[in-house]
Amino acid sequence: MDTNFNVIVIGGSAGSFQVVISILESLPANFQVPIVLCLHRPRHVREGFKEALNTKSKIMVVEPDDKESIKRGNVYLAPANFHLLLELNHTFALSTEEAVNFSRPAIDLTFETAAYAYGKKMLIIMLSGANSDGAKGMLKAYQKGAYTIVQDPTEAQINVMPESAIKLFKPHAVLSSKKISEFINALK
Amino acid sequence: MLLELDLRAIKAIMALVKAKHRYDFENYAMSSIKRRIERIIDLKKIETLDKLLHSLEFDLEFFDYFVREITVNTTEMFRDPAMWVVLNNEVIPNIKIINNLRIWHAGCSTGEEVFSMAILLQEAGLLEKSILYATDLNTNVLASAKKGELTIRNQELNTANYERFKGKGKLADYYTVQDGKMIMNKDLMTNITFKKHDLVLDKSFLKFDLIFCRNVLIYFNMQLQDDVIGKFNDSLFKGGWLILGTKETMAFTKSAKKFNAVSTSERIYQKTAI
Ligand SMILES: C[S@@+](CC[C@H](N)C(=O)[O-])C[C@H]1O[C@@H](n2cnc3c(N)ncnc32)[C@H](O)[C@@H]1O
Repeated sequence: MDTNFNVIVIGGSAGSFQVVISILESLPANFQVPIVLCLHRPRHVREGFKEALNTKSKIMVVEPDDKESIKRGNVYLAPANFHLLLELNHTFALSTEEAVNFSRPAIDLTFETAAYAYGKKMLIIMLSGANSDGAKGMLKAYQKGAYTIVQDPTEAQINVMPESAIKLFKPHAVLSSKKISEFINALK
Repeated sequence: MLLELDLRAIKAIMALVKAKHRYDFENYAMSSIKRRIERIIDLKKIETLDKLLHSLEFDLEFFDYFVREITVNTTEMFRDPAMWVVLNNEVIPNIKIINNLRIWHAGCSTGEEVFSMAILLQEAGLLEKSILYATDLNTNVLASAKKGELTIRNQELNTANYERFKGKGKLADYYTVQDGKMIMNKDLMTNITFKKHDLVLDKSFLKFDLIFCRNVLIYFNMQLQDDVIGKFNDSLFKGGWLILGTKETMAFTKSAKKFNAVSTSERIYQKTAI
């Protein structure tokens, strides 16, 4: 397995917040691989989410502007009411396209564009959630050679999202949240 | 998905569109243009790139549909209420002395944004002396905006946004509901001119005191953003104001030094140089 990832992309919905917190808490301040979080959130609440993550994370969590570069040592969170897309030149592009799977941001869009922009050089992780958003995007990433991890459905607070991914393909690893943190921490 | 497009295919499509029709999407943001075209391919069950190119060249009805699909037209009244509050409190007091206020909504879509502005101006007692231009490249959205008809689907959202903005009245004072549509009151419409204008191909056409261009630049790549912000700079009087979407920034453009950020969170800028 090539663990030389240029980006880590994580999707989650209901029940994923605590898992994301535990991952961020576990990472050292100088962790280098950029992390992109696409988590379902209320559309019209702009403030609060990023701030909540920042109280626990040693790495600064930011909501990127359109055309911002994806840089090492950063954690990026999809802002409220926009889709977060990744471009071939490793910048972000935001979109107000219609909700997909009733969600904006939609995990499918972040995963699918990340797959195209990063291919094999990506680690992609699906966490707890109550709908199937993200599964199709994750399949695309899988087909492009990304390394795929799904949170163990028996552990996930709500297992619909992890189950939907597993139904579409066989992920490289199915791990508990603790193991997911360990896996990321082991990366350079 | 029937067909995954690579970069070459997308470039071929855009080159054909540019050569055969008067539209230039070559510098649109790749990730979303790719997705939008693939969506068309799926919905219309197009099997090969050649078939797509052929239809784009010869089937005008299909081409019209193509333009409608690849431009994202989603909009809301009083989108981002916090921006409208800052506009009302910090920009309006500075411009209310101007006679014949000239305002441009670039990329107005179905009109929600310009109607919101007309309401704000009405409540500030400024609508009568204002001239609003609302432009878009998509003629379909312009046609419905001209009629002052808005989709009822967003009625609740529009109302909630107006309430967060804390307007003086009720949003319902400004429209009636007919045939499942929100119809804006005629007096709001008198000073609005709708016209087709392409930010990529068309020149700036007037000087303005205030320009809105919200959630349009996100669909452009950095180079095109730079050009278009340059056009806005040319279209503003010194001291004029420019409002972008909440996730758009001019920080990456050459014109940045000519503007002062009045509200960083709401992306409201003022032109300081000539
Ligand atoms: C997402 S809507 C934004 C509507 C409104 N400004 C808002 O923020 O709610 C984007 C609009 O930009 C228009 N647009 C895209 N490319 C354009 C161009 N080159 N020139 C003018 N308008 C364009 C689209 O047709 C669409 O109506």
